[in-house]
Parts: sequence; C-alpha cells; structure tokens
Amino acid sequence: MITVQNLTKRYGPHPAVDDVSFQCEPGTVTGFLGPNGAGKSTTMRMICGLTAPTAGRATVSGHAYRELPNPGREVGVLLDASAQHAGRTGREALTLSAYTMGLDRREVAAKLDLVGLNAVAAKRRVRAYSLGMRQRLGLAQALLGDPRVLILDEPANGLDPEGIFWMRGLLRDFADRGGTVLLSSHLLREVEAVADRLVVIGGGRIVAQGNKDELLAGGGTLVRARDGAALRRALDAAGLTAADSPDGLLVQADAEAVGQAAADAGVALAELRPADGGGLEQLFLTLTAGESTKEAVR
Amino acid sequence: MTTTTAPAAGAVAPRQHAPVRRPSLLRLTAVELRKLVDTRAGRWLLITIGLITAVIVTLQLIYARDAEQTFVNFFTPSLLPIGVLLPVLGILSITSEWSQRTALTTYALVPRRERVVVAKLIAVVLTSLASVLASLAVAAAGTLVASATGGAGTWQIDASLILNAVILQVTGVLMGAAFGLLLLNPPLAIVGYLLLPTLWGVLGEVVRPLRGPSEWLDTSKTMEPLFSSDAVTGEQWGRMAVSLLVWMVLPLAAGLVRTLRREVS
Ligand SMILES: Nc1ncnc2c1ncn2[C@@H]1O[C@H](COP(=O)(O)OP(=O)(O)O)[C@@H](O)[C@H]1O
Ligand SMILES: [Mg+2]
Repeated sequence: MITVQNLTKRYGPHPAVDDVSFQCEPGTVTGFLGPNGAGKSTTMRMICGLTAPTAGRATVSGHAYRELPNPGREVGVLLDASAQHAGRTGREALTLSAYTMGLDRREVAAKLDLVGLNAVAAKRRVRAYSLGMRQRLGLAQALLGDPRVLILDEPANGLDPEGIFWMRGLLRDFADRGGTVLLSSHLLREVEAVADRLVVIGGGRIVAQGNKDELLAGGGTLVRARDGAALRRALDAAGLTAADSPDGLLVQADAEAVGQAAADAGVALAELRPADGGGLEQLFLTLTAGESTKEAVR
Repeated sequence: MTTTTAPAAGAVAPRQHAPVRRPSLLRLTAVELRKLVDTRAGRWLLITIGLITAVIVTLQLIYARDAEQTFVNFFTPSLLPIGVLLPVLGILSITSEWSQRTALTTYALVPRRERVVVAKLIAVVLTSLASVLASLAVAAAGTLVASATGGAGTWQIDASLILNAVILQVTGVLMGAAFGLLLLNPPLAIVGYLLLPTLWGVLGEVVRPLRGPSEWLDTSKTMEPLFSSDAVTGEQWGRMAVSLLVWMVLPLAAGLVRTLRREVS
C-alpha cells in the first residue's frame, strides 16, 4: 500500500511536482504515466525519502519511508538502473544489499536466477552490462528482500520486447499474490498491458487517474456505416452526439446504445467497436506535445 | 547473455515475514568495510599502503647504516606516505557513493543516513588502526632481519610514539572523510583536503600578520610534534586540537548536515 498526499516539490520557482495525491492498493499494478519531465521520478524519490518534499507527505505500508526499520524488506525500489558502481560485479552489488538487509546469501543467487542473469553475467563488472542487464540487476535488487511493495521507475527502458513481456508477467504475478506495484513509464502502450490503474501526470500535476478500463473506455464508441448520412441522422434522433473521425463516427456512448440507435433507424452497420486508447491516448498526446519543449534534462 | 525465465511460482510472492529489525551499526560497518575492498580502486589503495611500508623497510635494510637499523627507524618513515593515502581512502569511501550513484541504493536501504555515515567513519578509522598495526608488523620483520644481518636490530620504542602514530593516522583519515562529506565530489575533496590546510602554511610564510594564526591552523605544522621523539607539550597539543577543530570537526559537522539534507538522485 502506497499513499501519496498532496506531494509538492519546487526547484526554484518551478514546481516539478504540484499537489500530487494518489493511492496504490495491495493486489494492483498502478501505472504512473507521463511524458519526460512530468515529475514521475521526483514523485517516486519523494516517496522513498530520497528527496525532501516542499509540501505533502507519502507513506508506504502506513509509515513514512524513513520510519521503516528495514525498508528493503517492505518495499523494493528501482529508481535508476544505471546507478550502480561500475567496478563491482552484479553479484557483489546484490551481496552488499543482502548483507545490509540481513538476508541469507542464498537469496542473491536465487534472485539473479529469477531475473535471468546467469553465473557468467553475475561475475562480470556492472561496467560491462547493457542497459537491459542493469534493469534486470536492479529488479533483482528490488525483489531481494521479498518486499510487499515495488516502486519501479521506467523499468522497461533498455529491455528487449521479450524482456518487457517477461517483466509484465513477473509484476502481474507479484500483484496477483497481494503485492502492490507502482511503475512509471512515458509510454502508454508499455503500462497499458499490465496496469490495473493509471495515474497520469503532466507538468507536475495529475491530469487523470482511475481504473485503466474506465480511462481507456473514455474514448467512446467508433461506428461506421456505408450510408454515413443516415447513420448520423439515426444518432441525432437517439440524442447521441457524434464526431467525425478518420475511421468513422466517434460517439460518446457505449456500443449497445449506438447499435440500438442504428437498428431503430434501420441503418446497416459496417463496424461497431470501442474507440481504441481513445480519450486517454488523446490526452496523453496533448500532454506530450505541450511538454516536449521542456524535455527533461534528467 | 541473459536468458529469460518464466517467473518461478512463488518466487516473487510477497511473503509475510517475521517483524524486521533495522540493521545494526555493526552490520553497517561490516558492509562499509567490504565496500572498501570490493572494487579494484579500493583494493589497490590498500595494497599500495601495504607495499609502501614493505618497500621503505627493504630500502633501509639495504642502504641504511647498520647502527640505524632499529625498530623505531623502520617504523616511523612509513607513517608519512601512508598518512597521505589514508585520507584519500576516507574521501573515496564517502564520495564514491555520489560519484558512482550508489547512494540511491544505499540510502534507500538505510534512510537514516547518519547511520551510514557513522558506519563509514568507523570503517575508515578501523582501517587506519590496521595500517598502524601493519607498519608495526613490517618494522618488526625488518628488525628481525637486521639483527640477523649485522644491523643494530634494537627493539626499544616509546609507547608514546605508537600512540602518536595512531593519532596521526586516525585524524588524517577522519579529516579526509570530513572533506568528502562536505564536498561530496572525489576530485574536489582530494584537492581541497591536500590544498586548504597547506595553503595556511604558505600564507603564513608570505603574509606576516597571518604567521600567528598559521601556527595554530596549518596541520602540517601542528601535527609535526607527533613525529619527534620528544614528548609533546601542552601548548603543542593545544595547537593540534585547534587545527583539528577547524579542519576535522567543523567539516565533519557541516558535511554531515549537508549529506543528510542532500537530494539523492
Ligand atoms: N534535482 C533537480 N534540480 C532541479 N530540477 C529538477 C531536479 N530534478 C528534477 N528536476 C526537474 O523537475 C521536473 C520533473 O523531472 P522528473 O521528475 O525527472 O520527470 P520524469 O521522471 O517524469 O521525466 C523536470 O523539469 C526536471 O528538469
Ligand atoms: Mg524519470
């Protein structure tokens, strides 16, 4: 369980994170979505006690992060896969963490195995790791203490499609067993496949949050008929507003209502389906367009 | 290189475990000691310190006059070069967390940052104590060889000399750590550590009104009595204390505050 209440962070006059509140429940994967520079990493650092908030507070499993006696056993954190000592081997990096947390050394081998870093890779220095391997190492580190909460910042970066697919399975499994997952991404498609809930942030502010299905369904229904004019009259008659789109008419109503309206007017349909991505995708594009000029430096 | 495995059932299950205890200071110190030797840079720094001692004693066995081949003469010369390297160890122990960005992991696992800092200070102090032991051991070996090869091989040493060596090395490594904490950047801290206290010496020579303060602030001057065989006087201790207050205690305190407040990213 992660609770974020009115978190705000100002760097100079510019708010990087502005009054952000959301909650992540056990058993769910929350996708934290926003373009580069939106404030995702800053929010996550504040949750983990690494950045002091200007205002607001965050708790993990009911405690401020800094009050957790042995945080690694409660919450697994992967904020930046590149933040590893280049001169240590992958195994050594995990061994240091395991020893700090008071874990059995066998956990190191088990977690390396779990993330698919074999014995050869584990003995190499992190300097020689690809970004994908560093992400796997970071994931192993996050999972090391068998936490109940995972906080992962852009964990799919650098993973190949197969690796992304594998990670989704792992996170889904983790949540299905009662774990809480917060993972960020700047790509809607990347979190869409695994998240139950979405929190969308742009310019430091939350612009949308809720159930993924509801947010994605917000796009309405796409309907097409050979006789477009007749279809529009039918929708008008039923009191449904329709907008033109390249694929047909976009209606702010569910498919059932649209189908019924067409049937009542005797219009034959060529296509009837929920508009894909819809509102969220549109919203996300708007955000990205607006923000791309102040592309994050970090 | 990487093989993809399906997550083994249960392997990532969020387990319910017994109430977790926070890591003890002993454990954190052990981790910090391990960090000193688990990279090539750290290992070589320690090996160099050991080699310097051995090389100095060997050179003396070859070149020093027989009468001068005593335990004390084997022991003292290695203190100075080691005294330069130990602070670098102290600096790197603190600053590499930031330059290598491992602070992100370290402070996520131990958000009470002051505990990590204290563990680091204990670890480098233990290392400097070990370096004095190493100097003593190598000097003893040198003395044994000397007495077998016609050198004086005299064992006599004042306990105060050993104590002085301990003070020298411990304060040196802590001064280094203090500069590391304050400046948080390896090259900056090393240059700052080597330059700032010495700058006082130079200024003291050149600028007449500064000569007085420099007697109290230039650590290379105030620590000098530690090397001599004469007993350190009360005033000399006083000067040492003042210079250490300025170059060790104050940077430690200010550096701790800076480290606790700093954003980790
Ligand atoms: N330490 C910092 N100092 C100054 N500005 C920062 C700092 N960290 C982040 N920012 C700024 O805050 C904004 C949000 O950054 P970030 O949280 O990294 O976004 P995201 O992770 O969503 O890409 C950006 O404009 C970034 O430049
Ligand atoms: Mg980011």
